Amino acid sequence: MSKLLPNRPKTRTTFPEYFVERFIRVTGVLVIVFLALIFLFLVREGSATFLEVPLRDLFQTRWYPNEAYFGLLPLVLGSLIVTLGAAAISLPLGLLTAVFIAEVAPRWMREILKPFIEVLAGIPSVVLGFLGMLVVSPLIREWLNAPTGLTALAGSVMLGYMALPTIVSVAEDALDAVPKSYRDGALALGATRWQAIWRVTVPAARSGIVTAMMLGVGRAIGETMAVMMVTGNAARMPLTLNSFLMPVRTMTATIAAEMGEVAQGSTHYHVLFALGLVLFVVTFIINLVAAWTIFRQGKRYGRLLS
Amino acid sequence: MKKLGVALGLSLLVLLAACRSSVGKDGARKAIAIQNVGSDTIVNLAVRWAERYQEQYPEVRITVSGGGSGTGIAGLINGMIDIANASRRMKPEEIETAKANGIEPVEHVIASDAIAVVVHPSNPVDRLTLQQISDIYSGRIANWSEVGGEDRPIILLSRESNSGTHVYFLEQVVRLGDKNSDALFSPDTLLMPSSEGISAEVRQNPNAIGYDGLGYVTDDQKTIAVAAEPGGLYVKPSIETVNRGTYPISRDLYMYTAGEPQGVIAEYLAWIRSLEGQAIVGELGFVPLEVGE
Repeated sequence: MSKLLPNRPKTRTTFPEYFVERFIRVTGVLVIVFLALIFLFLVREGSATFLEVPLRDLFQTRWYPNEAYFGLLPLVLGSLIVTLGAAAISLPLGLLTAVFIAEVAPRWMREILKPFIEVLAGIPSVVLGFLGMLVVSPLIREWLNAPTGLTALAGSVMLGYMALPTIVSVAEDALDAVPKSYRDGALALGATRWQAIWRVTVPAARSGIVTAMMLGVGRAIGETMAVMMVTGNAARMPLTLNSFLMPVRTMTATIAAEMGEVAQGSTHYHVLFALGLVLFVVTFIINLVAAWTIFRQGKRYGRLLS
Repeated sequence: MKKLGVALGLSLLVLLAACRSSVGKDGARKAIAIQNVGSDTIVNLAVRWAERYQEQYPEVRITVSGGGSGTGIAGLINGMIDIANASRRMKPEEIETAKANGIEPVEHVIASDAIAVVVHPSNPVDRLTLQQISDIYSGRIANWSEVGGEDRPIILLSRESNSGTHVYFLEQVVRLGDKNSDALFSPDTLLMPSSEGISAEVRQNPNAIGYDGLGYVTDDQKTIAVAAEPGGLYVKPSIETVNRGTYPISRDLYMYTAGEPQGVIAEYLAWIRSLEGQAIVGELGFVPLEVGE
């Protein structure tokens, strides 16, 4: 606060002002506290795993907790392959849609498209799961001649679809925030419209676009319900190329399907929390990489953009 | 503002009154709530029982929900519910945990159920031996042509591992009742979160094979006739074949209470096991108990 307002007169702070200032500070700090508490909770409940299950067993390829097979590999890889697929679908589509809305579409179309895309974000994931189960997966089975439609691909399509609104909306805001003078400058220097978009506007909005993508991927990796309904939940190792056309089991679906059943304090219970920990760490790393990328760019483009 | 406060206070009072779910003094009952959670196989049956019972005894409130036998038993162990529905017996570990929590689970058999093996109606296979089903589910047979069908891969469908049906099927079919066997479901088995997930896939995928309680099999799936021994009699699941003991994949369904049931819960369980309660069992495609009393 004081850094932002270096010349603030000291004596003029009224009581409400003081109160509001404190309140805002507390809410800000609370977010961090909650995050830390969640992390601590996961560690507390999950760390017993590493005492109860030998590390070697966690790296096995069989997940069948009823008989104490706690191999996490198929679940971690399952989440990874579904998320990669979702990213491959939603990142290019999302970026292109955002560019279209922000840069190409006429004003009236933009006014219609943007709210509609935001409405997409509000569709409950169970509903999308139904759609995936009854429409998308039969289509995958028939068109791609897969043995079953409940596959990693079906999960990727649904997740890609769910990540799109986030990506489009945030990326569009970022593009929108690029000052008009940049575009005008590029055009005045003789750039074509596409050159102006790809060489100037998009790079200028880069940090916002990266944030959009990370938020989208974050949504995809954490999504549970739709994935549980369409991926078939078979805990097999997705190692071959055709794995997209085979069922997989993700970490989130495993936790959701099994947490209701476990006895509190059992090994299975601890392992599920360890899975949650893995999920948390993966998401954390994604965000960290995103922040780092933005930071680096901020330095590089700092002079140009500030 | 004042009005709002009064309304809030009143609704709080109502809430408090509703929460007092015990038998009042001198046996006068008011709003008695029974929490009934567990097996998805039993849930429809339990809902129907609860509805009928509440018609006759409106002062009793029975809330029923599913989630799987494991969910119900976990609820009973944690002392959150009154009656747990289970389509399998409680495991020794579960009984131990319950006792450690000061709860003595008591078992009540409430009906029987046949587990039907189902395939797509267009599948030419209509009979299998238990051994063949075991080989299919453990992954040793992976193509329908090996059991007299078309040249198609077999897609295995199962309920999630917290389902009592899943556990029963593993023990009695995949392991053929052999306690020393450590056979498992093939890792390629699709674990569906609900009965509806299984029937939706069986209905539209000619490669699929699934299993579920007889009460859940709809007309657009084909049930397989099962023989206990190779060369034995192939039997389709039905109330008669289960009662005669010829259909090999059938089991009892249970309700568990914490300690010997008292008061309303005891009355409810007795009613379930009466002729009237068991008539509903037959209506829903399950197998009624032989009511002797």
